[in-house]
Amino acid sequence: MLELRDLHKRFGGFSAVAGVSFELPRGSIMAIIGPNGAGKSTLFNLITGHIPPSAGQVLLAGRDITGAPPYEICRLGVGRSFQRTNIFPHLSVFECIQAALIAHHRMGRNFWRRSETLYRAETEALLHSLGIADKADSPAGALSHGNQKQIELGIALASDPDILLLDEPTAGMSAAETHETIDLIARIARERGLTLLFTEHDMEVVFSIAQSIGVLHQGRLIALGAPEVVRADTEVRRVYLGERE
Amino acid sequence: MINRIPWVLVIFLVALWVPWYGSRFYTFLATDIAILALFALSLNLLLGYTGLVSFGHAAYFGIGAYTSAILMKTHGMPFAVSFPAAGLMAAAFALVFGYFCVRLTKIYFAMLTLAFAQIVWAICFKWNDVTGGEQGMPNVPYPDMSWMAAIPGLGGLRLGDQFYLLVLVLVALAVAALRRIVSSPFGRMLTVIRENPERAEFIGINVRRYQLAAFAVAGFFAGLAGALFGIFNRGVFPDFAYWTKSAEVLIMTILGGMGHFWGPAVGAMVLTLLNQQITSYTEYWPLILGSILVILLFGFPGGIVGALVAAGRRLTRRGNA
Ligand SMILES: Nc1ncnc2c1ncn2[C@@H]1O[C@H](COP(=O)(O)OP(=O)(O)OP(=O)(O)O)[C@@H](O)[C@H]1O
Ligand SMILES: [Mg+2]
Repeated sequence: MLELRDLHKRFGGFSAVAGVSFELPRGSIMAIIGPNGAGKSTLFNLITGHIPPSAGQVLLAGRDITGAPPYEICRLGVGRSFQRTNIFPHLSVFECIQAALIAHHRMGRNFWRRSETLYRAETEALLHSLGIADKADSPAGALSHGNQKQIELGIALASDPDILLLDEPTAGMSAAETHETIDLIARIARERGLTLLFTEHDMEVVFSIAQSIGVLHQGRLIALGAPEVVRADTEVRRVYLGERE
Repeated sequence: MINRIPWVLVIFLVALWVPWYGSRFYTFLATDIAILALFALSLNLLLGYTGLVSFGHAAYFGIGAYTSAILMKTHGMPFAVSFPAAGLMAAAFALVFGYFCVRLTKIYFAMLTLAFAQIVWAICFKWNDVTGGEQGMPNVPYPDMSWMAAIPGLGGLRLGDQFYLLVLVLVALAVAALRRIVSSPFGRMLTVIRENPERAEFIGINVRRYQLAAFAVAGFFAGLAGALFGIFNRGVFPDFAYWTKSAEVLIMTILGGMGHFWGPAVGAMVLTLLNQQITSYTEYWPLILGSILVILLFGFPGGIVGALVAAGRRLTRRGNA
């Protein structure tokens, strides 16, 4: 489904991503873990076209999408959420999701229909499954951090992606919120048959849903494999897991 | 209660009456306001809806004015041709200039719109054979309005009054189209871009292309306003495209309130009336205008309409409590 080939990103003289390669099969769930500044967000930015790689390739279903602009990569079925919430603050929650649906259905070229009448049922269904239907009319920017994270997720899901990249979807959430959100993500991924790539600092969460785990350290993948394998890896224990225990 | 009244319709009907209860002077003012309202509303498609600050919107107003004047005066074309042509020509130029502008962001975008507007101004100023150069093109003819005589009650009106009615109807149609556009899916994409252009890309929106489309549409409507203004003004002159004209329409838009569809129209009206009133008492219009702007920017950042809407909400809340 998604394949990275020796991906590099240098900022000036600093290598944020230094030769990452892996393959993500369709329908699988993979986590990328690693300490702060390991290059996780940068890696996501490279995959989704937010920044161009210095070297290497990104392939989506065999097709080279390296350096394509974000809107094209989105249309090819790659959705993403951001670590720092990145929504449309003055629109209502409803409008945020509805706008994403309008964009997804390529209705934006229409100058004549009334936008507020479009995709109402789909918007409501998505808000329900996210559990924020009661907040539909509030301005998105006025909600709690946790709710904004859910809107963030909703906007990404509205594009009906085949593959979803979530950059710390539970960052800043309480323990209870984290569990709810992760259950939600796992359920949606299962229902829609999504391929999921996510980063997360909460190891319990990572080991509970990921089928494979990549450990990023200073821009390199130092381990990659099934959760048990990664947990047992001595280097990982040393640079990362050990650091937290 | 207040919300139930179809204000826009009421204002339109009152405006239709102006030639009958007013003097020639009121018709003059009302024509000016109607045209400038369309101009300011067209700018707000960029400013308020797409989040693009244009310092050179007068370029498209000027291009529209010259296109229509040249077609009518030099080539003897009817208004029915010159009016849409003015909009299309302005949109075509906006498309070309905008292609470069949308590649830049924020203040660089604004500076480039200004640069293109100054180029347009310089061409109008120097191209004597076509634009009349510094002297402009005086005596742009009125459209043929003899057909109005067939409508009962309109036959006896002065030409200026008839033209006002024509302006009012055309502006109303143009504004209705603009209103439709901002509430269309296209308009929603523009709002999304204003809110967060970075995120907009990640829901599949080609941000630059939409910004360019908005630029061309805004140019189109500014061109229509320019065509009307050239006839109303009985001539077109290079200063239609000068930066002070761009600043004026920017001030109208902000004064009225760019967060509300009708804000810029209110701004156009208030600024025109104030200008009329104040210049008859004092020559310090720029001083007064400056002071008003300072008060506004600090006291009412949402503009006049923003302040009214907020006050209205407070009243209804008190009414409900
Ligand atoms: N645009 C940029 N310019 C320069 N350096 C950058 C840029 N973006 C990221 N970096 C650097 O690249 C490194 C990796 O950053 P990145 O955000 O990818 O880390 P991360 O693994 O997501 O960390 P965190 O867990 O804190 O989110 C950091 O040292 C960061 O300072
Ligand atoms: Mg990060």
